[in-house]
Amino acid sequence: MASPTTTADAAIPEKKGADDNYLTHDKGFASWAFTLDHKRIGVMYLASVLSAFALGGVFALLVRTELWSPGRTIMEHDTYNQMFTLHGAIMVFLVIIPGIPAALGNIILPLHLGAKDVAFPKLNLASYYLWIIGCLCMLGSLVTNAVDTGWTFYAPYSTTTQTNVIPAAMGAFILGFSSIFTGLNFIVTIHKLRPPGMTFFRMPLFVWALYSTALIQVLATPVIGITLLMMIVERVFGLGIFDPSLGGDPVLFQHFFWFYSHPAVYIMIVPAFGVVSEIIPVFSRKRLFGYQFIAISSLAIAFLGFLVWGHHMFTSGQSVLAGTIFSAITFLIAIPTAIKIFNWVSTMYKGRIHLDTPMLYALAFLWVFTIGGLTGVFLAVMGVDIHLHDTYFVVAHFHYVMMGGAITAFLGGLHYWFPKAFGKMYDEKTGRIGALIVFVGLNLTFFPQFILGSRGMPRRYYNYLPEFQGLHQLSTIGAFTLGIGFLLTAISLGRALKNGKPAPKNPWGGVTLEWTTTSPPPYYNFHTPPPVTAGPYDGYENLVYDEKIGGYVAKT
Amino acid sequence: MTLHLLALLAEPQLPKLAPSDSFWLPVDASVTSRNIDWVWDFMIWVSLLVTIGVFVAIFHFITKYKAKSRAANEIAEKSAEHNTALEITWSVLPLFVCIALFVWGFKGFVDLRTPPKEAMELHANAQKWKWTFDYKCATGGMTDDTLHVPIDRPVRMLISSVDVLHALYIPSFRTKMDAVPGRYTDLWFQATKAGDYPIFCAEYCGTSHSDMLSHVVVHPAGQYETWLKGACEKADSMVGPERGKKLYSQQGCETCHTIDGTPKIGPSWKGLFGKMEMMADGTPYKVDENYLRESMMDPTAKVVQGFAPSMPTYKGKLSDKDIDGLIEFIKTLK
Amino acid sequence: MSEPSTETQAAKTASAPPPAAHEGHGHEDHGHEAHDPIHAANPHLAHHFDTPQQQFDAGKLGIWLFLLTEVLFFAGLFCAYTVYRSMNPEVFVYAHYFLDTKLGALNTCVLLISSLTAAWAVRNAQLREQKMLMINIVVTIACACTFMCVKYVEYSHKYHDGLLPGHNFQPKEQIWELKSFRDKHPEAAEYAEKLAKLDEKKAEAPAGGAAKPSEGKAEEKAEKIERPTEEELEPLLNAGLVGPRSLDPSAHISRPRMAHVFFGIYFFMTGLHGFHVLIGIGIWIWMLVKAAKGQFGPTYFGPIDFTALYWHLVDLIWIYLFPLLYLIH
Ligand code: HEA
Ligand code: HEA
Ligand code: HEC
Ligand code: CUA
Ligand SMILES: [Cu+2]
Repeated sequence: MASPTTTADAAIPEKKGADDNYLTHDKGFASWAFTLDHKRIGVMYLASVLSAFALGGVFALLVRTELWSPGRTIMEHDTYNQMFTLHGAIMVFLVIIPGIPAALGNIILPLHLGAKDVAFPKLNLASYYLWIIGCLCMLGSLVTNAVDTGWTFYAPYSTTTQTNVIPAAMGAFILGFSSIFTGLNFIVTIHKLRPPGMTFFRMPLFVWALYSTALIQVLATPVIGITLLMMIVERVFGLGIFDPSLGGDPVLFQHFFWFYSHPAVYIMIVPAFGVVSEIIPVFSRKRLFGYQFIAISSLAIAFLGFLVWGHHMFTSGQSVLAGTIFSAITFLIAIPTAIKIFNWVSTMYKGRIHLDTPMLYALAFLWVFTIGGLTGVFLAVMGVDIHLHDTYFVVAHFHYVMMGGAITAFLGGLHYWFPKAFGKMYDEKTGRIGALIVFVGLNLTFFPQFILGSRGMPRRYYNYLPEFQGLHQLSTIGAFTLGIGFLLTAISLGRALKNGKPAPKNPWGGVTLEWTTTSPPPYYNFHTPPPVTAGPYDGYENLVYDEKIGGYVAKT
Repeated sequence: MTLHLLALLAEPQLPKLAPSDSFWLPVDASVTSRNIDWVWDFMIWVSLLVTIGVFVAIFHFITKYKAKSRAANEIAEKSAEHNTALEITWSVLPLFVCIALFVWGFKGFVDLRTPPKEAMELHANAQKWKWTFDYKCATGGMTDDTLHVPIDRPVRMLISSVDVLHALYIPSFRTKMDAVPGRYTDLWFQATKAGDYPIFCAEYCGTSHSDMLSHVVVHPAGQYETWLKGACEKADSMVGPERGKKLYSQQGCETCHTIDGTPKIGPSWKGLFGKMEMMADGTPYKVDENYLRESMMDPTAKVVQGFAPSMPTYKGKLSDKDIDGLIEFIKTLK
Repeated sequence: MSEPSTETQAAKTASAPPPAAHEGHGHEDHGHEAHDPIHAANPHLAHHFDTPQQQFDAGKLGIWLFLLTEVLFFAGLFCAYTVYRSMNPEVFVYAHYFLDTKLGALNTCVLLISSLTAAWAVRNAQLREQKMLMINIVVTIACACTFMCVKYVEYSHKYHDGLLPGHNFQPKEQIWELKSFRDKHPEAAEYAEKLAKLDEKKAEAPAGGAAKPSEGKAEEKAEKIERPTEEELEPLLNAGLVGPRSLDPSAHISRPRMAHVFFGIYFFMTGLHGFHVLIGIGIWIWMLVKAAKGQFGPTYFGPIDFTALYWHLVDLIWIYLFPLLYLIH
């Protein structure tokens, strides 16, 4: 689409001069707290989500440390149960669901569309504050008597346990609304604020991915909202919908929960697909292979994702017929996903590949997600899932897709857009080393868990048979390796923020619209409205690298 | 085999995983596991093929097409930007694999879900945090915290729970089923190898979820009946504190009550009899036989101060003889 | 995707970056921040929209999506309702006699009227009929308040009768004293009285049983009532005193035991709906303020339109709730 025009520079400077950007446009706390600018809201989201990630990560390390030996290592049963619950709930509700859409998406989506903002800036800010309130609720449970139900809140345990379930459930409920508002905003933005000339099939795939994600957010999240509300009411008043001792049906809760939470796993991964679709062509200097297939397959995944929730319940006593249907549709999801993987790999064919940090993360994603996805297929095979359900095999599966897939892509996207968002370059070498350590740590942590699981080690176990110890220790070592990788990355990015080299407009040679504006972008994003005359991955050959500015400029 | 029987009489211990000849899966000991194991093997090979394929492709491309430097400004070679034939191929091939997997998985699942008509029936009870299994004796029944089954005979387990969700999981039989309060669920298996295999609780159920272990003893041909007869006689003949002591571990009292004075989920039984207990509503109550009986039959009637009313009722699960035994046992704990 | 080969597109982009509206969708030029006449003429046009039409379209799509989430939100409850009703039909039939159909019908009318005035208000805003706009909004608010008052009356009755959800369900009033029940099922009422006596006897017997309406033990005593004959049974079934699955006399035990679920669902659904009405009242007041300032007109009536849409949804949900809860048969 984009002609990465240099002519934009020549346009009328804004009132505050040419180097005015959204970071310097206004100053002071209030200018951030009450900002309506999508980029600032995105940056606030980014900071918040990363802090939550660090917190969730600390809980993960505590969990892993406890599992170093069977029985007590550093904490008691109940504490352990609270640790993994908080770890799961924080990672899912606070980190990975808002992660890519609300943080990176908020910064990039309007830029991708050449728009000045999202459709409803106030709603956007409201969504951020809902996140904060939801987060405070979760923390409220954490510091009082932390919830110990597992992130799935299964009834009747959740309606009877003595711990503070209500603040945590309330937190998840509020975070749900935060997520709905983001999704709603993005759908309207994509429909109504595209510039002239940008047809649906000229949108970058990140936008396509956000669009599919937003559909799921809007259509699935209300159900978890009402479910959690019912659970809360059940706890307080003894409603009798889920708790069998009051006449309720606990399996109904599971249906409600997974009706949301399965689509939610695609809320986590589809934006990651979008990020990878942006990174791979740019760093291969080549048009994306099979653009339309990738675009449509996101929608297909979003749609099919609604019809498979029962695959989490093969052992719950649901009927054979229901199980069969859920299993069959689950397999269908493998197909659009396969299409994506193969198209990304093919994009590199005959490209000119630059192995910078974002690309390293994208490649790590490709391989690790393939493993995660394939193990998902193991779980979709009904007979096999009976054995694997609620074992570490499932834990390994979802960490491969969430940690190895979504978080890896998130980090890739963070590095990719970091120069654009903050106007600073990070240190390439540290970045690469960080990516490498994360990759190694990831596999070391979670691969042994596949073996644990298939050998019969159940999940959510504080204590375990001595036979499992060796593999658990490997996993713990891996977790600390991961920790070092993230710490290094965090330090590297932090240092870049403070004293990184100023970033050029277009350091990677991207051709989507965000690279046509300055880094960081001006308050209103574009000095002149960007023209859209071609597809989103056309025209790499029209850019040349200028060593003096360390970035790409249009060929003259 | 006698070894197993001896082990049973000793204190409960951690079940052991029997060594398996598969790297991935535990030893298989039931007729249904074969169906599942070969699908597993197939999946492993497919996954290996796909992951290695993807890895090799990536590795090949990044070495072959690596750009020299940005300054060199290399331009990608011209190549197709999409190829419908290729897209269809790589959609349809996995689809075939998926269809096959679905069908095999379905078969395995249906096998696991349909017990043969002649299956012998046993009842498994789940409660926080203990499995108990009911056996039919010549007269009445008997309860044990270990599962005993004969070899080569289909066994159908009826599973129920008194409090929250649990799941009966026997890795060596490749089977698992949730225990759902308020309804019965079931699973079946037919053991093929005599031995002793672990049972886990696979659905999160709170504090001691990870200690809710048991084991299944598969008796060689003909020996199950002998065991059952012996166990029934023993259970029946045991009276007084001895009976109570056995029930203390079999019925799962020990998961909440200690006999050494330290409170756990519930108050310790040490020195309980004859003591003045303070109730949650502030009234003191002297512990006598009637109080103990009521505590077991209707535990929420009087709740001890400082404890949550989390004890399940044992009405219908303890016979009068059992209750007497428990009371006698508690009396011995000075 | 546009299909010309890469070279031609490249040529196009490289040669002359066209100023704007290259593909010419008949749109206005995109965003000229500074002195642009459209923004100057429309004080309510946000900076990131180009035209009032675009802003209105965005708002409209947004509100429709929001209403969709609302529908899904309630859909969860309707699901729970359906599951419980199909599992315990007799409980629902039995319990609904406690609801006041007349008050429910009154509320239905009130809401329908308010929907009408809401729709009318939109028209008024479009035509800049200042006075009618104000009147219609005020009437809408008044109807909404009436609705809430009636709900208050209903709720306080329930409260007095101990018809509360969950643990708090301790009905004071016996069903056979309810006129609506007697009128409809005189035959069943007689039998019900017998059951009541039985219930009383049982209530005296166990001491600790009051806290939880717990299971069992009634079976032995229930034998004192003779098994109803086939003809006797029919009205009992219709009246929800026994369930189709358990036709023995002791089956009525499950009736009060499960009735709290009905009231749980009743309070949950109507409460959530009432909450939406309250929010609606708040928004309408805000609209009234805006209207009083004379902000609305042919180019700016979005907020009224969106509020009215929301209001119609709230109305619609009640239209479903009313028969599902009050008019069970
Ligand atoms: C980002 C999140 C994410 C993603 C993307 C996925 C993707 C998939 N998941 Fe996963 N899943 C979770 C997160 C996720 N999952 C979580 C959190 C849980 C557990 C929750 C809990 O209990 O706590 C879970 C649990 C879970 C279960 C239940 C297990 C159990 O509890 O018993 C199942 C069962 O079917 C399943 C299946 C799948 C499948 C088939 C996919 C597919 O979408 C994967 C598709 C991808 C591929 C298949 C790889 C690429 C394809 C190729 C390279 C082509 C070759 C392919 C073939 C030949 C088949 N998942
Ligand atoms: C997004 C989702 C996500 C992510 C990323 C992770 C990440 C990790 N998880 Fe988690 N996990 C879940 C979601 C996730 N998990 C869920 C949903 C459950 C189920 C819970 C339940 O059963 O209810 C679970 C459960 C779970 C278990 C099972 C517990 C049990 O069943 O008993 C284990 C055990 O090993 C584990 C380990 C880990 C580890 C070692 C990491 C590591 O990858 C973590 C590494 C991170 C760090 C070490 C943090 C370091 C960060 C910094 C130093 C700052 C970084 C800052 C910047 C980069 C700017 N997790
Ligand atoms: C899930 C945990 C749990 C299990 C299992 C359990 N109890 Fe308890 N028990 C409690 C709790 C908690 C209390 C204290 C609260 C109360 O009085 O109800 C208690 C109280 C008691 C008391 C009264 C003690 C006192 O100090 O006054 C007796 C007697 C008792 N239990 C007997 C038993 C017997 C016998 C069994 C097994 C057959 C058993 N319990 C199993 C949790 C349990
Ligand atoms: Cu019982 Cu977990
Ligand atoms: Cu799923």
